[in-house]
Amino acid sequence: MSMKRNSWKEYQKEIAEDHYYYARSCIRQNFFPGSEAAFLRILQENLSKDIFDDPRHTSCTGIGYHSDIVPLETIMTVVARQFSLMNAAGYENFASSCITSFGIYTEILETWNEFPETEERTRENLWKATKREFVKPKNLAHTSDIIFHFREEIARQAKYRLVNARTGEPLKGVEHIGCHYAKIFPKSGVGGAEFPYVLAGMIESWGGEVVDYPERRHCCGFGFRNYLVQANRGYSVANSQKKFESMAPYKPDFIVCNCPGCTMFLDKWQYTIAEMEGTTYGQDGIGIPVLTYEELAGLVLGYDPWDLGMQMHQVNVEPLLDKMGVRYDPEAKYLGKNGKFIGAPREAAVNCFSGERLYRIQR
Amino acid sequence: MIQWGYTINQPRAVNLDRNDLTAARRIIRQMPELQACIACGSCTATCTAGNLTQFNFRKVHTLVRRGEYEGAYEEMNKCMLCGKCRLVCPRGINTRGVVMLIKRELGEY
Repeated sequence: MSMKRNSWKEYQKEIAEDHYYYARSCIRQNFFPGSEAAFLRILQENLSKDIFDDPRHTSCTGIGYHSDIVPLETIMTVVARQFSLMNAAGYENFASSCITSFGIYTEILETWNEFPETEERTRENLWKATKREFVKPKNLAHTSDIIFHFREEIARQAKYRLVNARTGEPLKGVEHIGCHYAKIFPKSGVGGAEFPYVLAGMIESWGGEVVDYPERRHCCGFGFRNYLVQANRGYSVANSQKKFESMAPYKPDFIVCNCPGCTMFLDKWQYTIAEMEGTTYGQDGIGIPVLTYEELAGLVLGYDPWDLGMQMHQVNVEPLLDKMGVRYDPEAKYLGKNGKFIGAPREAAVNCFSGERLYRIQR
Repeated sequence: MIQWGYTINQPRAVNLDRNDLTAARRIIRQMPELQACIACGSCTATCTAGNLTQFNFRKVHTLVRRGEYEGAYEEMNKCMLCGKCRLVCPRGINTRGVVMLIKRELGEY
């Protein structure tokens, strides 16, 4: 750990060394489809760890819970079933891919701890519904915690570093931590709520420089109900816009997030703002590439960006790849597994600075 | 043309870095006791005009202190200068004088 202050010890969390039960996210596989596959590949191939990807587990129903559709007792039973599946597979360390789910697991474990009668009721409900029993996990970690835990090992195996290949200067990275990672239960995250170090540690270990900007801890604006109702989305965009305006003067080369919602919104709202107002926040009049931490780790380890699913991003990632000196085939961007063309998106203002286009939008 | 179904909300936060505080500082220089205001809202609670209109002395005064001058003059014109606010102010601020001062200083905003 590079932080030397004694108080920093209070902000550490225990992260298991091996043998993880993997719980996927429901939305990440749509928006950033290569990330979870990359995580499994990094753990299994690069780090030689044992991780079990269970096809039987379900959504944690966190989005429904935060939208007041799924009651607390129901979500507790769903979570209990995930733990039961973990027990059945012979694992004790639960690794959650989603920040919302991670927040849900943390919240429910804490609720059971504070109110044991709710745990008993959940055990009854689970038994009635599925005839299952469960043991609580020995260790609960978000998958970004695990990548953080092995960041130095990844750095040792790095093929590329977060360094400008032409100038040798470190690339500037904005790290955005999902609110449910540690803002609800600060002890559950590396660095707590105020000084989350989980992504900053990765950027620093892999050669980059972390941008410290005024709105660093501001929410991306997802907020479930803010986004789910279409008429309310203007509030959601406004939050992301506040962050973009705050970070833009520091000229970041990329944004990295550990939450599925934040990654999606910081990526896609850049498109929306560019189309609505003609404003972009990156260098050379284009957007700032937004990556998941698995994509960033994958790039550092030399994975093909199109295998990582980076063609699905709204903001093009090529400027970052060029800066890092990553070798890639531009022609293969929209080719599927068997070389079949998967279709390309239409030109967007966020990816091509053009005065003519901006004029058309603003008019 | 894309039908978005929403627009981008404008932030309602007061940005002290962007606001021009010259007039606010001028007001404070002329009436330094304003700095003793604890924003308790007694002025607004007893306000005769506030009973009949949306006039809110505490709100306007707070906004002016933060450099948000737009509409302050028109708002202060709603004051009937009865002076009840001055009687209840726990910090003894000449609130009626504040109304006159803001109108004098911010007439052009």
